[in-house]
Amino acid sequence: MNVTFTWAAIIALGLFMYVMLDGFDLGVGLIFPFFPDESERDLMMHAIAPVWDGNETWLVLGGAALLAAFPLVYSIALSALYLPIITMLVCLIFRGGSFELRGKADRTKNLWNLAFIAGSAGASFLQGVILGAYLHGIPIANNAFAGDAFFWLEPFSLLSGLGLMATYALLGACWLVIKTEGELQRRLHLLITPLTALLLLFMIAVSVWTPLSDSRIAERWFESGLLLRLLPVPLLVAIGAWLMFSAARKRLHVMPFILALALVLLGYVGLLVSVWPYAIPYSLTLADAAAPRASQTFALAGALVILPVIIVYTTAGYWVFRGKLVHGAKYD
Amino acid sequence: MNPTALDLSRIQFAFTISFHIIFPALSIGLASFLAVLEAAWLRTGKRHYKELCVYWSKIFAIGFGMGVVSGVVMAYEFGTNWSGFAKFAGPVTGPLLTYEVMTAFFLEAGFLGIMLFGWDKVGRRAHFGATLMVAIGTLISTFWILASNSWMQTPQGIKIENGHVVPLDWFKIIFNPSFPFRLAHMTLAAFIVAALVVAATGAWHLLKGRRDPAVKTMFSMALWLLLVLTPVQAIVGDQHGLNTRKYQPAKIAAIEGLWETEKGGTALNLIGFPDMNAEVTRHAVQVPHLRSLILTHSWAGEIRGLKEFPAADRPDSSIIFWTFRVMAGLGMLMILMALTGLLLRRRGRIFESRAYQRFVLLMGPTGFISLLAGWITTEVGRQPWVVYGVLRTADAVSPVTSQSVGISLMVLVIAYCVVFGTGIYYIVRFLREGPVAPDELRRSIGRPALAMDGTGRRPLAVAEPRGTAQHSLEGSGK
Repeated sequence: MNVTFTWAAIIALGLFMYVMLDGFDLGVGLIFPFFPDESERDLMMHAIAPVWDGNETWLVLGGAALLAAFPLVYSIALSALYLPIITMLVCLIFRGGSFELRGKADRTKNLWNLAFIAGSAGASFLQGVILGAYLHGIPIANNAFAGDAFFWLEPFSLLSGLGLMATYALLGACWLVIKTEGELQRRLHLLITPLTALLLLFMIAVSVWTPLSDSRIAERWFESGLLLRLLPVPLLVAIGAWLMFSAARKRLHVMPFILALALVLLGYVGLLVSVWPYAIPYSLTLADAAAPRASQTFALAGALVILPVIIVYTTAGYWVFRGKLVHGAKYD
Repeated sequence: MNPTALDLSRIQFAFTISFHIIFPALSIGLASFLAVLEAAWLRTGKRHYKELCVYWSKIFAIGFGMGVVSGVVMAYEFGTNWSGFAKFAGPVTGPLLTYEVMTAFFLEAGFLGIMLFGWDKVGRRAHFGATLMVAIGTLISTFWILASNSWMQTPQGIKIENGHVVPLDWFKIIFNPSFPFRLAHMTLAAFIVAALVVAATGAWHLLKGRRDPAVKTMFSMALWLLLVLTPVQAIVGDQHGLNTRKYQPAKIAAIEGLWETEKGGTALNLIGFPDMNAEVTRHAVQVPHLRSLILTHSWAGEIRGLKEFPAADRPDSSIIFWTFRVMAGLGMLMILMALTGLLLRRRGRIFESRAYQRFVLLMGPTGFISLLAGWITTEVGRQPWVVYGVLRTADAVSPVTSQSVGISLMVLVIAYCVVFGTGIYYIVRFLREGPVAPDELRRSIGRPALAMDGTGRRPLAVAEPRGTAQHSLEGSGK
């Protein structure tokens, strides 16, 4: 197996881990406004307090691994998306800070609630914007960014920002359904159906928009026979959504989260197919952007051993905090 | 004058990394302190160790959380602001950072939840294991990030091809000439930073009249540690200086405000005001031969002056002359403080001398000041290079506009001051409140969780919902 492609696979996996894990805890912030009661908010916060910094570490891994395996992509994409990335990081600061500070504040508790909501919403939206701008391609000349500071500000990236917000909100609601019971859980169940519908809407919009706006993707989808092989994807999405609606109706506890993950995974596969084999869509291939072999192999040796270990103890950590939350427990 | 994207990016990086390093430095030291406290509790079963554990883990938690969020910014700033550096040096620094994330960050974050919230969810030994993992994680993290930073200071084991470095020998890259010294210096610094904070907290509560075992123990433990570490730090710092003289002579010349290469022994400028344009250090107060003695360990050792280096290759002496003196001066004070502590201890007055406790209290923040001054010295002293002798800082900056960086700098300054300012405020508040006092324990029958048994696993009262037991120890802080 080619080292470069292995790294691409690891980064893709890391990114999915991030979307899945930090996705649900960002999502908790997104649905915070629907639950104004402070004791319920405490409970929602406790559902993610022991795990959020581990979840966010996948984002750090993404950055570091990109720098190690594809330094050119790291340098071009990050400098190109300067403003959205820095703003996204600032949102994460407010949000991360509010984990530590909300529980300790009394007079300013509402401000930290706001910081948590706005930080989560801003970070989710901007991550989607960054993704959308990346998918649409970054202007490059001589292996460096050669565009305008606001090139990313276009309808498609804004749409993908909203889409990612819907995705995270759904993951957050489904996670909380696992962790709660009774009246709070009932109201969380009520959120699942509209959020799933919203997610479907965005998935359709992106799927229609992408090939229409970019002939290269259209070519890839419609003329290479790929469409036929990819046909199961929309079909599976439809089935997943249908199962989700019924799971929400039956008020299942764990199933909605699993189905939400399945929907996210299907959407993610669709994106990967559109990008492959580019490192920056349509201008830089993975092979062009690869770090020297000595860099990739050195880091890979560790990754192949350590990442499975990380997944094992991360899972163990989740296992320790399994089960429904109890009112009055203090996690701050 | 219009600041360029380069100037603003340098200010932004200096600002974000200075704010960042405060938190990891504290949590590296505190994590090991917590592991020791928990081990002492497991071994002796004495309750005040457990109280100290719970108390300091509150402060650790805030510091760690702030460190995580400010650290995510660092992981991306190399690309947003320094894409030239990322492209050029990424093949070396990227894998090192990846190893840091994989072997340290995940370990810390993975076990932190159990350490903070898992007291009644796992057994005592498993909990201690989690604390140990967090402590080890912080040290592993120190290892990798200093390998990366030291390689930027004294690069080796690479060749340069097509405008970027290609690693040839990873052992040489990691164990580059300045790495062992910088690693030892920084690890000791982190322990000293935390020990000074712990000692100052103890001093504050002793001054307030508390004499319970928790307060006395933390004061005493921190002072013992400082007694050992501060002199060792001076020796390591001295060795680090010799190493710098060999590999980065221009940095040493700038630290000393030394312009001419003198024959027959160089005097030490105790104080002075280096002027980069006039190429002279004004109002210097000198001690003959001392500079040679310190830097070459010989009476007449030769030290190269700044004039031997082209003007474009000189670091700014007017900054690092003083930051170095702040660091070293505070270091001397710390040694003095630790030795005085030993003297008072032998006379049995360590918990009674109010003057000494005030001294220790004042020294509390000096660890941070000294640490920042030291980092400014070594980083500004590396200029005008970002990778010493190989890549200039000016060639490392991203093709971004100065407007973009101006906006981001402004936003970051506001966000950091609000979020981390509040974080620091709560840390200080916890420090002032101190560990829960024994008489408070007796008074608050209404708070059953405080009546903890030796195992610490379950409070005596069962009416309380689970999870509150340890956390309501900070009940007075609510």
